[in-house]
Amino acid sequence: MGMAASITHDAVQGPPPPPIDIGWGGGGEPGGRGADRRASFTGLFVLLAASTMVFAAFTSAFVVRRGLSDMNDWVSIHKPPILFVNTAILLVSSFILDLSRRALKAGARSSFNLWWTIATALGILFLAGQAVAWYQLKQAGVYISTNPASSFFYVLTASHAFHLLGGVAALVYVDIQALRLRLGPAKRTAIDVSAIFWHFLDGLWVYLMILFYVWG
Amino acid sequence: MSSPVHAVHHAPHSFFRKWIFSMDHKVIGIQYYLLGLFSVFLGMSLSLLMRYHMVNPNVAVSWFGKLWPTAAAGGIMTPELYLSLMTMHGTIMVFFVLTTVPQSGFGNYFLPIQIGAEDMAFPVLNMMSFWTTFLALIVMVAAFFVQGGAPLSGWTAYPPLSGAGPLTGPGEGLGQTLWILSIAIFCGASLMGAINFIATTVDLRCKGMTLMRMPLTCWTWLVTAILGLLGFAVLLSAGVLLILDRTVGTSFFLPAGMIINDHIIANHKGGSPLLWQHLFWFFGHPEVYIAILPGMGVTSQLLSTFSRKPIFGYRAMVYAILSIGFLGFLVWGHHMFMSGMNPYSAMAFATLTMCIGVPSAIKTFNWIGTLWGGKIHFDTAMLFALGFVSLFVTGGVSGIFLGQPALDLYFHDTYFVVGHFHMIMGVAAIFGMFAGTFYWFPKMFGKMMNEKLGKLHFYLTFIGVYCIFTPMHYVGIAGNPRRYADFTQVEYLGKLIPVHQFMTYAAFFTAAVQLIFLFNLIWSWWKGPKAAVNPWNCTTLEWTVPSPPPHDNFGGVHPVVYRGAYEYSVPGATADFIMQSDPAPVVSGD
Repeated sequence: MGMAASITHDAVQGPPPPPIDIGWGGGGEPGGRGADRRASFTGLFVLLAASTMVFAAFTSAFVVRRGLSDMNDWVSIHKPPILFVNTAILLVSSFILDLSRRALKAGARSSFNLWWTIATALGILFLAGQAVAWYQLKQAGVYISTNPASSFFYVLTASHAFHLLGGVAALVYVDIQALRLRLGPAKRTAIDVSAIFWHFLDGLWVYLMILFYVWG
Repeated sequence: MSSPVHAVHHAPHSFFRKWIFSMDHKVIGIQYYLLGLFSVFLGMSLSLLMRYHMVNPNVAVSWFGKLWPTAAAGGIMTPELYLSLMTMHGTIMVFFVLTTVPQSGFGNYFLPIQIGAEDMAFPVLNMMSFWTTFLALIVMVAAFFVQGGAPLSGWTAYPPLSGAGPLTGPGEGLGQTLWILSIAIFCGASLMGAINFIATTVDLRCKGMTLMRMPLTCWTWLVTAILGLLGFAVLLSAGVLLILDRTVGTSFFLPAGMIINDHIIANHKGGSPLLWQHLFWFFGHPEVYIAILPGMGVTSQLLSTFSRKPIFGYRAMVYAILSIGFLGFLVWGHHMFMSGMNPYSAMAFATLTMCIGVPSAIKTFNWIGTLWGGKIHFDTAMLFALGFVSLFVTGGVSGIFLGQPALDLYFHDTYFVVGHFHMIMGVAAIFGMFAGTFYWFPKMFGKMMNEKLGKLHFYLTFIGVYCIFTPMHYVGIAGNPRRYADFTQVEYLGKLIPVHQFMTYAAFFTAAVQLIFLFNLIWSWWKGPKAAVNPWNCTTLEWTVPSPPPHDNFGGVHPVVYRGAYEYSVPGATADFIMQSDPAPVVSGD
C-alpha cells in the first residue's frame, strides 16, 4: 500500500491542471507547421552532430597517425595557394547567404533571389576551386597514397566536398523555388535549414584549413 | 469524414506505395522486423555449421562440398571457411538483427503511437532508411558469392588482416571490400533512422506527453538513437579509411615490414592497427547498448504491466538509461586491454567500466522492486521479460570479471568472452525481441498469438540458451581459445571436447525450438483469434487505437495525455489501470 499511495500526485488528487508546455517541443499542439518546422530544425542539428562526429573521428585519426610518424613518414605537403582563394569564396558565399535572408525578412523578394543565386553560384565556384587544388596536387605528383599528410588532405577535403554537394543541392533547390516564385511560408524552413547547414560547412572548412596549416 | 479536429489521412491504395515503398512507419516497422527475422535465421544457421564443424572437424559432409566446392572440398571445411562463417554470423547478428529489430522494427512501429504522433517526423527519410538497410544486407550477403567467399576478419574487422588484401586469405579480396561497403551503407541508414527517432521524440509528442510521462520504451529508443548517431558516424569514418588502405594504397592502419604468406608487403608503412581498434570500439561499445537498451525498455514496460504495478522508480530508470548511454562512450578501451595499452589507461577504462555497473544495478533493482508484491500474470510476453532480467544479470556478472585488466588478459581470447557477450548482448536482446513480439503482435496484426505454443517455446529456449552459453564460461576458464576451427588435436583441450559436444547438441536443440516460434508467428497471423483493442489492460497510447491501428494511428483525433505511463493499481480507481489518455477524475478511496 505504501508504494501504491505514492504512485503519482495527479492520480490521487484528480485530474491535473492543463499540461504545461515544458518547452523542448513537447506537450504542445501536435501537427501543423509549427511541429514540422521544429522537427526540421531538430533533424538538422542531429545531422550536424553526426557530421561533427565524422570529422572528429577523422581528426583523432589524424592526430594519432601524425604522432606515430617517427620515421619521417609524415611529410607536410605543399598545399596549393588556391585554397586561400577558395576559403575566401566560401566565406563570402556564407555572408551573402545571410544578406539574402535579411532581404527576405525585410520583404525584398527580388533582392533575396539575387543574393541567394549569387551565394549558390559561389558555392559551386568553391567546389570548382577545390577540383583545381586537387588537379594542381596531382600535377605536383602528390597523390592520396604519397604519404599520410597527403592521405589525410585528400580524405578530409573530399569528405568536406561530399557534404558540400549536399549543401549546394539544398541551395539550388531553394533557388529554383525562389525564382519560380513559389516561396511560401512552408519554404522558409527550407531556407533556414539550408542556410544553417551552409554556415556549418563554412565553419568546418575554416577548421580544416587550420588543421592543415597548423598540423598538416 | 466529419472529424472534430482535422481530416483523416487515408492510406495509399496502390500495392507498391502501401507495402513496398511505404512511408507509413507501421509498415516500415514490419519491414524491418521481417528483415531481422530473415537475418536471425541466416545467422543462426551459420552458427550451427560452426558448432557442427567444431566437434566433427574430420567428418565429410557431402553437401558442404556442394555448397563450397573449394572451401569445403570433399565435404570437409577449411579453417578459413569456418572463420568466414564466424565473421558473417557475428556481422549479420549484430548489425541486421540486434541493431535492426528492437530499434528500427519495434521503435518505428510504436514510438509514434506511444507519444501520440501520426507518423515519424520525416516519412520519406524513414522509407529511405529501410531500403538503404535492405541494400546493405544484399551487399553483405553478396560477400558469400564472390570469388574467395566471405571475409575472415570477424565482425570487428581488425587490420592488418582486413586491410592487406587477398594475400591474407581467401575471403580477404572482394569479400572483405563488400563487407566494408555494406557496413558503410548500413551506417548511412542508421544515421537516417537516428535523425527520425530523435526529431520525432523531441518534437512530435502530443499534448500532455511531457518527457517524464513517456513510456520507458520511448526513452530507450531515444537514447539508442543518440548512441547510433554518434557511434555509426565514427564507424563510417573508420570504414572510409580502411577501404582506402585496401584499394588505393594508403597506410592509415597498415604498418611497415609486414610479411604475409611469405610475401613482403612493401607499399605500406607507418600505419597503426591500434588506431582501427580505437575507432572501431568507440563505435563498438555503444553498439552493445544499442542492442540492449530497447530490450530494457520493453522489459520495464512489461514487468510493470504484467505485475499490475507502477514501474518502481520511474525517474531513476530514466536517469539510469541516460547514464548508461553516456558512460557507454567512455569505456571502449576495455575491449583493448590485450593491445599493450598503458596500464594506467587500462585502469581508467576499468574504473569507468565498473561505473556502468551502477546504473545497470539500479535497473535490475528497480525491476525486482516492480515485481515485488505485484499480482504477476505469467503470460508468454512476461516470461520473456523475466528471462531478459535473468540473462542480463548472468551476462552482466561475467562482465565484471572481464572489466578487470588482470583477469581479462587471461580470459580475453577464450570462450569466456563468447559466453559473456552472447548472454548479455545476444540472447538477452533477443529475449527482449521475443517479449516485444508476444506483447505487441496483437496490436501489429490484430490477432492473438498462441499462449501454449508461446510458453513451450519460452521454456525450451530458456533452458536451451543456458545449456549453450553457460558451459562456454567453463571451457573459457579452462583456457579454451575462441575463433579456432578445430581443437581436437590440442592435448590440453581434449577433455573439453565432450563439453563442446554438449553445447553443440544444445545449439541444435535450441535452433529447432525456434521453429515453434516461427510456426506460432505465421499460424497466429493467419488463424489466430481476433485481438481486442487492449488485450493486456495497458495504459499507453497504442492500446487506445484499433488493432491494427489505422493509417494515421488515431483516426484523425489528436490524443491528449493526462498522466504517466505506469498507473497500475491506483487506490480508489475503478479499474486496476488508468490509461494515459484518461482525463476522468479519480475517486479518492482512502
